[in-house]
Amino acid sequence: MRTPASIKLVAGLGPKGWLAVAITALVAWVLVPLAHLMLPESHPLHVSTFAITLIGKILCYAVVAVAMDLIWGYGGILSLGHGLFFALGGYSFGMYLMRQIGREGSYQSDLPDFMVFLDWKELPWYWTGSDHFLWAIFLAVAVPGVIAWIFGYFAFRSRIKGVYFSIITQALTYAAMLFFFRNETGFGGNNGFTDFKRILGYSITAPETRLVLFGLSVALLLGTLILGRVLIASKFGKVLTAIRDAESRVMFIGYNPLHYKLFIWTVSAMLCGLAGALYVPQVGIINPSEMSVANSIEIAIWVAVGGRGTLIGPVFGAAIVNLSKSWFTTSFPEYWLFFLGLLFILVTLYLPQGVVGLWAKLTRREAKAAAAQAKAETPAAPAARNSESNAAELPAGAAKGASA
Amino acid sequence: MRRFLLSLGLVLGLCATGARADLDPAALKGLASDDFDAKQAAITGLAATGDADAERVLKALADDALAVAGGRVVITAGGQVLDAASGAAIKPAPANPESIGLNNALRQQVDGALAALRLFSADRAERLAAAKLLLADMGDGAALLPILDKAVKAEADGEIKTILAQLHAQARLTSPDAAVRLAAVQTLGESASPAVKALLLPLIEKQGDAYLETDDKVRYAAQTAIKSIEGRLAWSETAGQIFTGVSLGSILLLAALGLAITYGVMGVINMAHGELLMIGAYSAYAMQTLFRASFPDFVDYYLVAAVPVAFFVAALVGMAMERTVIRHLYGRPLETLLATWGLSLVLIQAARLLFGAQNVEVANPVWMSGGVQIAENLSLPWNRLVIVAFSGFVLLLVWLMMNKTRLGMFVRAVTQNRPMAGCVGVPTARIDTLAFGIGSGIAGLGGVALSQIANVGPDMGTGYIVDSFMVVVLGGVGQLAGAVWAALGLGVVSKFLEGWAGAVIAKILVLVFIIIFIQKRPQGLFALKGRFVEN
Amino acid sequence: MRVESSISRNAPADGQQEHWDGEASTGHVLKPGELDLSHNVILYLDDITVSFDGFRALNALSLQIDAGELRCIIGPNGAGKTTMMDVITGKTRPDSGKAFFGQTIDLTRMTEPQIAHAGIGRKFQKPTIFEHHTVFENLELALKTDKRVKKSLFARLFGDDLDKIADTLRQIRLADQADRPAGLLSHGQKQWLEIGMLLVQDPKLLLLDEPVAGMTDDETERTAELFVSLKGKHSLMVVEHDMAFVEALGGKVTVLCEGSVLAEGDLATVQADPRVIDVYLGR
Repeated sequence: MRTPASIKLVAGLGPKGWLAVAITALVAWVLVPLAHLMLPESHPLHVSTFAITLIGKILCYAVVAVAMDLIWGYGGILSLGHGLFFALGGYSFGMYLMRQIGREGSYQSDLPDFMVFLDWKELPWYWTGSDHFLWAIFLAVAVPGVIAWIFGYFAFRSRIKGVYFSIITQALTYAAMLFFFRNETGFGGNNGFTDFKRILGYSITAPETRLVLFGLSVALLLGTLILGRVLIASKFGKVLTAIRDAESRVMFIGYNPLHYKLFIWTVSAMLCGLAGALYVPQVGIINPSEMSVANSIEIAIWVAVGGRGTLIGPVFGAAIVNLSKSWFTTSFPEYWLFFLGLLFILVTLYLPQGVVGLWAKLTRREAKAAAAQAKAETPAAPAARNSESNAAELPAGAAKGASA
Repeated sequence: MRRFLLSLGLVLGLCATGARADLDPAALKGLASDDFDAKQAAITGLAATGDADAERVLKALADDALAVAGGRVVITAGGQVLDAASGAAIKPAPANPESIGLNNALRQQVDGALAALRLFSADRAERLAAAKLLLADMGDGAALLPILDKAVKAEADGEIKTILAQLHAQARLTSPDAAVRLAAVQTLGESASPAVKALLLPLIEKQGDAYLETDDKVRYAAQTAIKSIEGRLAWSETAGQIFTGVSLGSILLLAALGLAITYGVMGVINMAHGELLMIGAYSAYAMQTLFRASFPDFVDYYLVAAVPVAFFVAALVGMAMERTVIRHLYGRPLETLLATWGLSLVLIQAARLLFGAQNVEVANPVWMSGGVQIAENLSLPWNRLVIVAFSGFVLLLVWLMMNKTRLGMFVRAVTQNRPMAGCVGVPTARIDTLAFGIGSGIAGLGGVALSQIANVGPDMGTGYIVDSFMVVVLGGVGQLAGAVWAALGLGVVSKFLEGWAGAVIAKILVLVFIIIFIQKRPQGLFALKGRFVEN
Repeated sequence: MRVESSISRNAPADGQQEHWDGEASTGHVLKPGELDLSHNVILYLDDITVSFDGFRALNALSLQIDAGELRCIIGPNGAGKTTMMDVITGKTRPDSGKAFFGQTIDLTRMTEPQIAHAGIGRKFQKPTIFEHHTVFENLELALKTDKRVKKSLFARLFGDDLDKIADTLRQIRLADQADRPAGLLSHGQKQWLEIGMLLVQDPKLLLLDEPVAGMTDDETERTAELFVSLKGKHSLMVVEHDMAFVEALGGKVTVLCEGSVLAEGDLATVQADPRVIDVYLGR
């Protein structure tokens, strides 16, 4: 009676969803590379290196936002430590990139420059195998996963939830940041990793490499969205949202919320790790400030702006906030924090469902207006009013549920 | 060295007989000599007289006012030229006095000699100061021994005598006579000074195969003496660490007390709490600027004025925050968290635009600088003492407000059962605003305290927000007593860990400890148990 | 977790009736954790004490419920009714005393999900259902199945399960509401849905905290009918203030007061007890 996973996958996304996936893939893997490589720079449709790097970066952020949404929007658990998992993935892959520099560093040593600077004679044990690409990818997933699992196990087991959990995750990433700031930790201290040269032997600045990284980012985002879709549509997803809405009821009908929370928490962290691993070669630097408290909270606002509890919302949110950021920081750097601060305030006060919720509301209103016009003489039958107010009431309830 | 001691003894013998007379011009001549040794001997000789005239001459020497003119040593003071031996003015003033120079080694010796001379001063305070000065840096012990011999005998004051006895013992350590050294070691064993310990250490060290100290008895005595000094040192070191821990804890307490009201009692997560601290600190800065410009005579009291100003400014900002944002988010803690984070960003940027992105300088008033010396290696700085006292005072105020006033009763009523409080006529909305304002005002007070020991800048608040939340989480929601114990405990524990593992690791360990602690007691130290906890 | 889930699967659904008929089954070998009803007792509370900061919510409470029984618990506010349910379902740990489910299952050592698996279902005072899920999904989630993460990732509904849900929907009269979000139901309907969630869970013991609060008279009557029909197949413990409803249920009544049992017996006897009149009924 079990449906093959492939059929479930197809059914889970629906024809419209698959069409969107196909179009995105076509644009990312065919049109963008063509526009970048074939068209001259003066051409209006030319996609610049800057644009590719920026969009690639935002795609990585979008993956983090979706991962955050899985745990916050659907699980009702607000993590203020997702920046840590992202950075851990970045550091794991960054180790590989540092090793790929080879002897081309300023000290012409086999060791990364910062180790020579510290007068270290050999690689610390945890750098073992860091010159293998696959091992680096494995670490980028496994390290955030294991840390999230251990932390989550203890936190969820003792039923730390709500704001307590948020604060503790914040402390976690804060502690990690302090730890990575130390030079003795062996990850380049304050400066982190930078000056990368190659990836799998290919120059990291070559347009082809950048396009491949860009394409991989798109693939990761699509994969994350599909995975999210499948998870949410499964019974697991239903239990997860049930835990968000009424955890004690879930326990009294025999589910152990610990394992459900732990699963989605770990998956979310691993996705962040992968996103971090793709982010570092595109941006060319990773340092402990990625683990700062502010960075992690910003992830939450991407999700909130886009609309939590929807899968596509966080993608929009990450794009809107980060595009604004890059515009503000070049045009009005001193007003960026005002904008971001007000965004936090206004979205939580007036846009609990984010832009996706706003869009849904607007289209619903249009449909309603059309329906009202159709039967202009009947002044809204009681049944209609009933369903209408119910529909309006539910999203507000959803917001509450997610925050409880 | 031998020669030097000999000459010293000679001079001592001389001055014992020729007391109260003018200084020996021949001895003074030595000062003018080009020979280093002769100069040195002359200085020591002068010092050993214990005479006021000698002091005058040495002071002049230290001030580069001693000169040679017309074959005798003179002191040039203002337009006058005085005879060094008698102190009488020479008229007419001889032409072209040739100044007597000092090199560094000699200058040090002059300073030491001056200190030694002051041991005979009539003023008790001056004698004490001189003794302490020598205790801190005795220089050449052997040279001082004769003076100390004399001084110990002459001294009547108990406190000074103790110090002198120690100095004396210290000087006697260099004696060639083992019995003298043994006695000296035994006397030194009663001290509690790291300097004395350092002095004794060479006695038990080996050079090559042989011990530096050849006499076994002296060596064993030295070993016991070092042990007992270490015991005393450990005590005061621990006391010092506890004090710095308590002072760190009292700062955490000030940062967390406001939070204990807004979060602990009202359940509002205020991520902009750190920025309220920052506002308090900038209020102190503003008051300092105002006092410097308008009331320069009272500049030392700007801090007193800053306390109420910081309270009201922070309270007003807090109330505005409550009215405009937080009020609409009651019962939605995660949204409150995000919105108040937004507020904190806006406040940080506003501070940057108003005061600049750089840290500003807030000075300690004069009455807060310096410290109280408790033991040889333990001094409690006034600014920290004042902060500890201040946080105790604020704690008392908060306790009184919450437990003894009508407002406090209303706040507790509203937090326990909002609808019921509303029903019996408590203006819940106004109480919320007021309570939030008070919590914010207390954060402002914390900011004033912080401005005295930490950098004041737009970002200063962000560093404290994690710590303050840890205090509240550890202490348990809604519990003032919990917050107090958690703050002091965290302060002391992290100071001890810092001494043991360094600041960063200490911080990480504390965070890990809190995470583990919450495993065991999810509701904090002082948890309320019962059915209503989870609702 | 493993052990507990195996109980619910291994316990033969139709074999239960024999045990409940009260034959002392000597020599019957039990699997660890399996519900043993050999003495015809499904719930056994002995000398349970729970205190909250000095206040004794339960004070040496002893109570016994027979297999298949329908027991009503009444008592003034603060008598410890909800706390007693908290202890039985593992939400609150007693300071002292014993709580056994059947002869062998020690409730004081189990977590809430384990207790639910062992066969105790609970309805809260305030209806707690999943408001954002449809009525159907609410029942689907409550369904008696393997409730581990791995299974739920690939779970699908079988024909039997669909039948069971459809039956329950009819039983709680929500068949026509199956695809509406549960948050849109009326208060009484929510109460029914929660009862339905207990039923699909197929528990041996149902704890029902004020199940008819907020229901119309008609709904109350139907609820009473439902409970009476469940009697025998399940054991029920009903906390209620509505005396008419208690009378309609017609089982044995226990009066709680200040954390311990004040009186026990059928409703008429209890109502005649002067102590009960004093603290609760009369006045």
